[in-house]
Amino acid sequence: MAAIKVHGNPLSTASMRVLATVYEKEIDHEFVFVDMRAGEHKKEHFLSFNPFGQVPALEDGDLKLFESRAINKYIAYEYADKGTQLIYQDSRKMAITSVWIEVEAQKYDPAASKLGWELAIKPLLGMSTDTAVVEENEAKLAKVLDVYESRLAQSKYLGGDCFTLADLHHLPTLHYLFGTQVKKLFDSCPHVSAWVADITARPAWLKVLALQSQQ
Amino acid sequence: MALKLYGLPMSTCTTRVLACLHEKGVDFELVPVDVFSGEHKQPPFLSKNPFGQIPVLEDGDLTLFESRAITAYVAEKFKETGTDLIKHNNPKEAALVKVWMEVESQNFNSAISPIVFEHIVGPIMGKTADQAVIDANLEKLGKVLDVYESKLSITKYLAGDFYSLADLHHFPYTHYFMTTPWASLVNDRPHVKAWWEDVSSRPAFKKIVGAMTFGEGK
Repeated sequence: MAAIKVHGNPLSTASMRVLATVYEKEIDHEFVFVDMRAGEHKKEHFLSFNPFGQVPALEDGDLKLFESRAINKYIAYEYADKGTQLIYQDSRKMAITSVWIEVEAQKYDPAASKLGWELAIKPLLGMSTDTAVVEENEAKLAKVLDVYESRLAQSKYLGGDCFTLADLHHLPTLHYLFGTQVKKLFDSCPHVSAWVADITARPAWLKVLALQSQQ
Repeated sequence: MALKLYGLPMSTCTTRVLACLHEKGVDFELVPVDVFSGEHKQPPFLSKNPFGQIPVLEDGDLTLFESRAITAYVAEKFKETGTDLIKHNNPKEAALVKVWMEVESQNFNSAISPIVFEHIVGPIMGKTADQAVIDANLEKLGKVLDVYESKLSITKYLAGDFYSLADLHHFPYTHYFMTTPWASLVNDRPHVKAWWEDVSSRPAFKKIVGAMTFGEGK
């Protein structure tokens, strides 16, 4: 029986963020489906894993964690000797990687997730897109991508020479955005585009997409 | 050689790092950045932080930005001195600290920072406060604090019965929030109130709080 259980939904960006890590680290795990359409994530059983009622949650033995980026950091350190190295052991390199992990969380994700919601998810739910929100967040994302373009012109990955959590954390929103008009913002940034092509071709990420298409 | 922190003593993100440096008892130099004349958006500073924001930490030839990455670096580098902020000797507790650091970053900050910006910072820059933004975020913040109230009725601090970086990260914005007309969101929740009174009375915060004013006289 797997010691690790991931409670989540394969359509949820945050769940995909954790699944990508679990596949990269090649960890035995059980995926426990949370039926968000039935509101399962807001019910008492799931709230005991995450009092904010959001997927995903992780169980490792008697340890219960939530927040995808915290879960990923825990896995990357706890299982450092398995699968892909997603952090640096060298403290200086890890410090720089931590900067770009925060950039994803603080600068990239707020704009990217709002755009994904408006342009990719709302149409699936029969809701109408708020074009003012789209315009505002496309402008914000474009500025962030300008900085990424400069960074990736001097560094193969955001944290340095190696693929790490700093890159991985972008995958789920990139997946949704590339199916929308937002792709054009990336097309005008050659280094960013090359980086996206590289990280979205990783076998572990393709496994996450395969799981998603099974649901 | 001492650490150099580029920032301002009233800036929320700079004070997040200042609090951490004081908790660890680390020597540092605070180098002011003239944001009011746009120094942070000019090329010399942009080479330190391409997003043009304070703070920036220099440790020899290592340059870091994003306050939460800086505090994580300081807490890790000086883990054997001062207050234990990350519980590096206990993997389970360390994981719980990471969880509640993300809660601050993802759930708390996104609700509280627009309120502080609209009510305090914006008006200093000549902007009229957008009450609709404030109201929407007060509602969000209330829901987040409901979860904090439950958690803090079980554990003394957010990650457990120990003070950590997760609690520290809340200090700057909460300090300014408590000067707004909506401090009751904290004061009406007894466990959150007790937690805030405990956290804000720490010596590390006493060292920085005196400079935490925008001079608006409120």
